[in-house]
Amino acid sequence: MDQLRQNSLVRIRNLHFSHGDRVIFDGIDMDIPHGQITAIMGPSGTGKTTLLKLIAGQLVPDIGTIEVDGHDIQRLPTSQLYKLRMRMGMLFQSGALLTDLDVFDNVAFPLREHTRLNNAMIRKLVLLKLEAVGLRGARHLMPAELSGGMARRVALARAIALDPMMMMYDEPFSGQDPISMGVLVQLIRQLNRAAHISSILVSHDIHETLQIADYIYMIDGGKIISQGAPQSLQTQQDAWTDQFIQGRPDGPVAFHYAAPPLADDLLESAP
Amino acid sequence: MIRFITAVGHSTLQLLTSLGRASLLLLAMLRGLPSVLKRPRLLIDQMHSVGVLTISIVSISGLFVGMVLALQSHHILSRFGADSALGLMVAAALIRELGPVLSALLFTGRAGSALTAEIGLMKATEQLSSLEMMAVNPKYHILAPRFLASFLSVPLLAALFSSLGVLGGWLVGGVILGVDEAAFWGGMQGGIDLRNDLINGVIKSITFGFVCAWIAIYQGYDCVPTSEGVSRATTRTVVQTSMAVLGLDFILTALMFNH
Amino acid sequence: MVKNRLIETGVGLFVLIGFGALLFLAIQVSGLGEFYQDESFKVTARFDNIGGLKTNAPVTIAGVEVGRVQDIHYDPEEFRAVATLNIQNRYHGHIPDDTFAKILTAGLLGEKYIGLQPGGSEDPLTQGGEITITQSSLVLEEIIGQFLFSKSQEPLP
Ligand SMILES: Nc1ncnc2c1ncn2[C@@H]1O[C@H](COP(=O)(O)OP(=O)(O)O)[C@@H](O)[C@H]1O
Ligand SMILES: [Mg+2]
Repeated sequence: MDQLRQNSLVRIRNLHFSHGDRVIFDGIDMDIPHGQITAIMGPSGTGKTTLLKLIAGQLVPDIGTIEVDGHDIQRLPTSQLYKLRMRMGMLFQSGALLTDLDVFDNVAFPLREHTRLNNAMIRKLVLLKLEAVGLRGARHLMPAELSGGMARRVALARAIALDPMMMMYDEPFSGQDPISMGVLVQLIRQLNRAAHISSILVSHDIHETLQIADYIYMIDGGKIISQGAPQSLQTQQDAWTDQFIQGRPDGPVAFHYAAPPLADDLLESAP
Repeated sequence: MIRFITAVGHSTLQLLTSLGRASLLLLAMLRGLPSVLKRPRLLIDQMHSVGVLTISIVSISGLFVGMVLALQSHHILSRFGADSALGLMVAAALIRELGPVLSALLFTGRAGSALTAEIGLMKATEQLSSLEMMAVNPKYHILAPRFLASFLSVPLLAALFSSLGVLGGWLVGGVILGVDEAAFWGGMQGGIDLRNDLINGVIKSITFGFVCAWIAIYQGYDCVPTSEGVSRATTRTVVQTSMAVLGLDFILTALMFNH
Repeated sequence: MVKNRLIETGVGLFVLIGFGALLFLAIQVSGLGEFYQDESFKVTARFDNIGGLKTNAPVTIAGVEVGRVQDIHYDPEEFRAVATLNIQNRYHGHIPDDTFAKILTAGLLGEKYIGLQPGGSEDPLTQGGEITITQSSLVLEEIIGQFLFSKSQEPLP
């Protein structure tokens, strides 16, 4: 384990973060190793997206440190941070394609911004990336003409355009039909195994996540509830993990938002 | 009473913090201007969507405002036998006040609100975030070109508004009502001064262009990233820009035309 | 690419139209174009009181505009106002040097302008010449003041 920690690509120590009065993270330690798929799971609204934005330096921790590839993200001057971000790719929940550019130009965008390649080279690279996600034929479509799954694949092609060392996937499977889900699982695995891209996968789709993750962190209420390899989590006796993995409505995670007893509420005349 | 004072204090603090955020955003956009000039494509696209697409509404409004001004002024001036001052009256009203003010208001309604909505939607759909992730600064890449394009478009639109207004006035006064054309143009040229009237009018519209651009972009960038937040921000853009333009117009007029 | 070309053309037209409008306002509306030096000649006229005459005001003969007031300044030695008139070149040599210049008002409350009344001299006004016979602007307050004064001098009926 110590060996692994030495080797980690992302190292989070004692992370505290709040949005205004709302505490999102209350002391989190996390290590994302090189070359693996690390999954972060938890109920909606626990701050999974927030965690990715903290890792990318878009948000700043209240307390604690985040190191990426040996750089303390908070201390990095803007220009250095931007250089580091060129080596990180992020797949947003919504895809976040630029709506005024077509598919080709979206994928070409990072190449045009950050390289001095000529148009012919850029065209070749873009077509290769689009081929990798199976959408070479859709290059002239506008984002509004794409289905949710296609938009996410185009966004993936754009995120890997600069051949990043690391990819962050924010709920890539949510709202996908089974086929596009399978395609995405395949792609994420390929990018990790074949292109050796270290990956952080945020999700609450148990089945798919257990299938491809090498290591899983479960967070809730601002803390890490449990962690481990998929097999060890599945056999875990911890009630919370068990509830989450089995998807049961009753357990430590309440189905009801905090409220006074129903009878009291019904008898009360005031709102 | 205490509650009232607290409320006043609260909104004052809110006003100050949002002024602070708006100023920081303005500084960031100004720093981004050199990178815009390096990539004129971004500027041209924005000049098209904020400027070119506003030409028609500004032209038509200018023409009609000039025509109505001529009708009304002629009605009153002819009672004093001062028909010959018609051209001067129409041109002075347009160049000093109506051109800069109305074109700024029309611009906000047509382009400023659209800018806010566009930027707000880009924020809500995480496009701005995704640019940051691609190591592209959205303040330079998205906001600065829109700022510069709006700032440049408003004075040009105001000049167009005033010119068409003068032509509209001539159409009604000179062609339809039969005011002597030499008196119409001569009185105008005699009474309108290049520096005191025209240049002051242009200074006004440059100021308004700055304000229109700044408010529209700040509201979009600062909005709550939901559909409701975007629609509120759009309304705020129109209201705040209109107030700012009218208030500034009063101040500028007091400073410029008080000799 | 075709779309890009269209956008560029649109923006180009917009900028041209905008600057065209500015030029129109400067030349046709504020009368900048009247100042071409080579098409006009200058004469000066001194007045006791120009009373509201402005630069760029018309200069007329028999009601026809022949030039513009280019400059007005105060001569501290003579205690008088000096107006420089730009007269169109085609009248060069056709305005007698004993011409009489009056400051008039268009309508009751209208703009001030200068009316020239040619005299009978054989010699014409030329570039740099001076109109010596002038009549100042009628200042309404002075006329009313004189009127009241003369009334008060009259014996009561
Ligand atoms: N800009 C913000 N301001 C205030 N609260 C926010 C903001 N962004 C997110 N939150 C809150 O932080 C919590 C975590 O959000 P998020 O990271 O998006 O959750 P997840 O991705 O796990 O569903 C949510 O409850 C959300 O309401
Ligand atoms: Mg999320």
